[in-house]
Formats: sequence, structure tokens, C-alpha cells
Amino acid sequence: MSLLQLENLSVTFGNFRAVDNISYKLEEGEVLGIVGESGSGKSVSSLSVMGLIDFPGKVGANQLTFAGQDLQAMPEKQRRKLTGSDIAMIFQDPMTSLNPCFSVGYQIIEALKTHQGGSKKALKQRAIELLTQVGIPAPESRLNNYPHQLSGGMSQRVMIAMAIACNPRLLIADEPTTALDVTIQAQIIDLLIELQRKKKMGLVLITHDLALVAEVAHRVIVMYAGQIVESGPAAEVFRTPKHPYTQALLASLPESSSGKARLEALPGVVPGQYDRPQGCLLSPRCPYAQEQCHKVEPDNQGPLDRQVKCHTPLDSEGRPAA
Amino acid sequence: MSRSQDNALILNAENLKQHYHVKQGIFKPDAVVKAVDGVSFTLEKGKTLAVVGESGCGKSTLGRMLTMIETPTQGQLAHLGQDLLTLSKDEQASLRQKIQIIFQNPYGSLNPRKKIGSILEEPLVINTKLSKGQRKEKALAMMAKVGLKEEHYERYPHMFSGGQRQRIAIARGLMLDPNVIVADEPVSALDVSVQAQVLNLMMDLQQEFGLSYVFISHDLSVVEHIADDVIVMYLGKVVEQGSRQQLFDNPKHPYTLALLSSTPQLSPDKRRQRIKLEGELPSPLNPPSGCAFHGRCSYANDRCRSETPVLNKAEEGHFIACHAVEENRLEPLAVGVA
Repeated sequence: MSLLQLENLSVTFGNFRAVDNISYKLEEGEVLGIVGESGSGKSVSSLSVMGLIDFPGKVGANQLTFAGQDLQAMPEKQRRKLTGSDIAMIFQDPMTSLNPCFSVGYQIIEALKTHQGGSKKALKQRAIELLTQVGIPAPESRLNNYPHQLSGGMSQRVMIAMAIACNPRLLIADEPTTALDVTIQAQIIDLLIELQRKKKMGLVLITHDLALVAEVAHRVIVMYAGQIVESGPAAEVFRTPKHPYTQALLASLPESSSGKARLEALPGVVPGQYDRPQGCLLSPRCPYAQEQCHKVEPDNQGPLDRQVKCHTPLDSEGRPAA
Repeated sequence: MSRSQDNALILNAENLKQHYHVKQGIFKPDAVVKAVDGVSFTLEKGKTLAVVGESGCGKSTLGRMLTMIETPTQGQLAHLGQDLLTLSKDEQASLRQKIQIIFQNPYGSLNPRKKIGSILEEPLVINTKLSKGQRKEKALAMMAKVGLKEEHYERYPHMFSGGQRQRIAIARGLMLDPNVIVADEPVSALDVSVQAQVLNLMMDLQQEFGLSYVFISHDLSVVEHIADDVIVMYLGKVVEQGSRQQLFDNPKHPYTLALLSSTPQLSPDKRRQRIKLEGELPSPLNPPSGCAFHGRCSYANDRCRSETPVLNKAEEGHFIACHAVEENRLEPLAVGVA
């Protein structure tokens, strides 16, 4: 049984489909990378797993199960028990995700109190333990600090401590390092991966940094305009991308072209609410687009663990199939 | 350093310093924050100088000094051999036209109440005596050069995507035919595919107008692509300075090594042995004694803790400020380990 299973999940805001029929599975102890540009629906899809989509957003799915339990059929109260304890999330900007009015100790203990309870002393002890686990020096004194007294890296460590407070089985990290410096980013990612291995959590790592995913993820999902365009084992997807979009993303990285050569930029931008094209969503920007691409939306092709949503998937040399 | 005649020296900075005084209370003496502490470089025509470092290392302050938004506390700054700091107000104003800046956040640096046309023409209104028609003609020509359409002239900034806004900001920077563009993190707010478009545009414009760039960034893969020379800064000081090849193929300073090893790499054979940096950037209000990096450096010894290292020449054009490098205490690092 998979830890998390999504089938044809869609999130709509009025007429706009932010997430369009995506399906994926996550096993226990697996690191899944979700990559895509802004507006590709990667954050919204994971917020819907957390149950954090508010009106007027609507979530619909054929299947949305966590460890065999149907998250959609579940009463609201029961779902709230799961959220924050078994399923936890780390948000992008640690400085704004912490409440500036309360000390970090209070905020960590709040999560523990809601889900596990216990005496004041035991809760405080556990909070200190958590701060030690995420590598914060002198944790006893840090408990009384307010978020503004912490640096970005420290705040993100506190966020991680809060997320792992109730030993979650699934951790969703939404751009956990985007707001941080490179050396701090490396520290935080190392910490996340170490915790993930130790606690055998499932980890969903949402990021726009392809290289980061290539380094740590087992499997990767590439999203474009609300759809999953390609999925598969991370190493394979980055070595031989099958979807033109993945290929273009990789080619547009400065490290793919040497010297001062021009970068191979994909022309145009991600389509928004009002300019969604017919057929394949990439067709106006795709260098290989043919007539049917502009008319018919492609289906997912290939085996379940290596899917690509394209009429003419690329072969191992990066050319479209005839 | 010898150089050929056609490589005109555009910008020449020597020992630039910017110190801020911070009040700590009525009875305490002011603290001094050394935001930039002794930066020297030369920039030739058509070249790109990249300034790399983490937040708070003084790279943006350096950019503000170069554009004369701030006056340095100490040091010399010359544009085409002309000293920028001893000029009168009027002369400074006319020279400012030649050094322009592009800011990081294209959402915050364009006035939301102005149309693109008037944003682009504002520098002309202030600095030239062109007529309305001439100004519009010039603005439209520049818009075509940066890949904007004619109909965009009458639009407001909120109608554009991030990449297009950065194109507008670049066009605005180029309106007065500058020699130098200081680009402060111009692509860090953009998506990868759009980032590639903007970088391409910047490289094209550099060729067309013979521009020199001071490219401030924290993204080493972008810097490796676009730079000719690189300065690595840490807490206001230059720790390593050299050409792109010297810095990326043969990095020496432990901080540069750590930066390079922390940057995620797509291909496994380019990955470097991860150097774990403990701790965070120290507060510039209370910098460590000796080498500012010693608290996070695995090679630090007593000398590093007490004596501040100076920039030493390692080879032609390659400067390093490190005791450990000087004393040959570093071990070579493996590249290509997973």
C-alpha cells in the first residue's frame, strides 16, 4: 500500500484549473521531487493534500488516500487530526510562516499540545529535544526567542522542528530553501534528508531548482501549467528527458551550455488563466509541435513508473519519435 | 598588469570602503558596520565583472557605491580615468548617466502608476533636451531592442510578466547610452526558462553596445556562464578575486570552495565533495577577530583567529586572502563524487 496516492486530482478556482488531473504515488521512505516553474500548480497540488485549499477553491479527485485512508470521505475533525501530525508541511518563507507575536517555544509546543498532549514540563522537554534534533545550538535559551531574533536559516530549522514534532509519516516541503543562501541551503537540505532517512518518512520536495532535485530525489515529477508532463526516476529523467518541456528546462540552465554561449531559452511564458491553448499546453512553445499537438491533448504514455504526456516523446538522443 | 590599447579601462576602483555608523544608545559609542571594506578592481570595455557572496556580504552596497547612489567612506573610483568622488554636483550628475543600475525585483522597481512609455522616457526628460517626439522615438527603438512590442508603450507594469518587467528595467537602464550597467541580482526573481531569456538578452546587448557589466549575484552557475572576472566577498571583504577560469577551475579560498560545493549540480561528475559549513554569517556589527571566516573554516588555526589576512597574488590576476592558502595547509578536494 502506498503512503500517498492521488488519482486525477484537480483543483479549480472558479473556471480556472490550477491543477489539472494529476496522479501520483508516494511510497514510505521515498523522496519525491516536484519541479516546475511558478504557476505550474506544484504548490496548490500539495496544499490540497494538506486540506488547505479554501473557498472558492475546489478539490476533486477520483482517489486521494493517505496510508489507505480516504482523505476526501473522512469527516473534517478526523482529517484535522491527521494534518499536522501524520502529514506535515514546511513552507517556503520561514520569516513569514512563523507568528511574530509568539515565542518559537510556544509555537512548537502548540503543535505538540494539539496532537499529543502531556504535562507542561514534558512538552517543554520535547520541544528542546526537537530543537536539538534540527541542530539549533543552546536550545533551552532559544525557546524564548521570537521569530525576529532568528536568522532565515534558524527560522527554517524551527519550521522543520514544528513539522517533525509529531513524527509525521509524510512531510511536504514547499521550496524549503528558496529564500536562503547557498551554504545555508546545503545545511537545511542535508538536515531534511538526514531526518527523512532516520524516521523513514515519505518526503515530497517541491522546488524549481532542478539540480537540487537531481541530487536528492529518488523520483521526480515535472509539472507544467497544472499538469504532470513527465515522471520517473530522477537520474533517468534528467539524463534522458522524454518530454520536450523537461528537455528545454534542462537546456536553459546556464550549466548546460559552456562558455559565454547563448542559452537555449524556451520562448514564451507559462500560459495563465486566460491564454490556455488548445490541445497540448506546451504546443505554442514546443519546437517539435505538429498539427495534432495543437488540437488533441496527449495522453500519458509509457510504463507507470516512467510516464510522459506527449504525442511524440523524445528518444534517448533527444529527438521526437516519428 | 599590462593590457592592450583597445581594451579601454572603463571603471577603476581602488580600496573602496563603506562604513556605516550605528547608534547603540545614548551613552554607548556608535558601532561601526564595515559593509564594504577595501574592494579594488578594474573593469574593461565589454567585460563582465561578477560579484558573488551570501546576503549581507556587501555586494549590493558595492553596487550602490559604483552608481554613486552612496558616497564611499574611503577609496578611489574612476570612470574612464576621471575621478568620480572629487567632482562637483553637476559633473557627477552628468557622469551618473554613464553608469546605470538594474535592480533585483522587477515587481518593486517599476512605478505602478506610470505607463511603460513614461517610465522609459523619464531619464531623457531629466537629463536631455530632446523633444517629445524624439523621446518617444528613442523609447520605441529601445523597446524593440529588448524584445518588447510597440503596443506595450501605453501599458502599465502590472500587465507584464516578471521576465517582461525585467526587460523594461533593462531598457530603462540603457536609455542614456551608459558604458557600465550595474546589475543587482537581475535574474534571481525569475523562473529558469525566463532567466535564460533575460541572460541571453543581456549578452546580446553587451555585444551590440559594448557594455560593461558589474553583475551582482549569489547564483554561481549563472556567474560561471556570464562573467569574465569574479570577486568573491565575505562580510565586506574580498576573499578571492580572479578570472572565471581561475576561480571555477582552480578555486583556492576555503569559502569559495564551500560555496562551489554547496551549489547543487545536475550532472553527477560535476558534483564536488561537500564541504559542510557550520554556522551562519557572523553579524557585521560584531565581526570575528582575524579572518572573518575563521569560525566556519575547517583549516583555521591560531594565526587565522588573530591576524587578518590580506589579498595576496597567487598567480597573474588571481588574488586570495587566506593564511591557509599562503602556508599551503589546504588539501585538494575531489570533484565528481556523488
